[in-house]
Amino acid sequence: MKLLQERTEKQKFGESLIIQTAVRMMVPFIQLFGLYVIVHGHYSPGGGFQGGVILGASFVLLALAFDLRTSVRYMSERVNNTLGNVGVLIYTGVAVLCALFGGLFLDYSALDAIIPLGPIAWRSFGIFLVEVGVGLAVMSIMVSLFWDLGSGGEMDEGL
Amino acid sequence: MIWDLDLLILLLVVSCALAAITVKDLLSATVIFGVYSFLMCLLWAEMGAVDVAFTEATVGAGVSTVLFIAAILHTSRRSKD
Repeated sequence: MKLLQERTEKQKFGESLIIQTAVRMMVPFIQLFGLYVIVHGHYSPGGGFQGGVILGASFVLLALAFDLRTSVRYMSERVNNTLGNVGVLIYTGVAVLCALFGGLFLDYSALDAIIPLGPIAWRSFGIFLVEVGVGLAVMSIMVSLFWDLGSGGEMDEGL
Repeated sequence: MIWDLDLLILLLVVSCALAAITVKDLLSATVIFGVYSFLMCLLWAEMGAVDVAFTEATVGAGVSTVLFIAAILHTSRRSKD
């Protein structure tokens, strides 16, 4: 009890032990749900955009409950930028590969020339690859939007 | 589609929209806008557009509310007009 009182006196304005513990327990499940939404995007509601927003919202939640430095410690700005660019690269890379192997832009059945799975299986698998790219790009953009808007571009304490 | 449920949600959506543009406190307007987004999400889901409802719930109610609050903290809270 004494320890809890001392800890409560030390914490800054706007920090709450209950909220921080709840967020620490919730964030892994939010990220798991985001991955589920991305992976099941092509045959159920959801998809790359919604799953990416959920993944980004988990980092926004970390930055809101703790401070901005905590969320930067879990995913640094360089990693965030790299993930976003890799996402766009996956999207356009799959599309250009389709065009190079004799199909149209984003015509996944042309990828049958690389690994012969059959054009129908490639249509399903190609949209999955594109969803992963969209999810990565949207997550990166959502997180960096909040970082820059919340700290005025200085990446210090944040809100 | 159940038309009386549609009508009820639509009335709530319209009243939330009117409240969001008339209230002076910008933070209250943001919270009312989040409620508007959730009601819109209910309406989409009830009409069978589950994908649109999912987007509305994540972007409209989740992220844009946080971004609005982050923008309000850099300005003044009361609107002048």
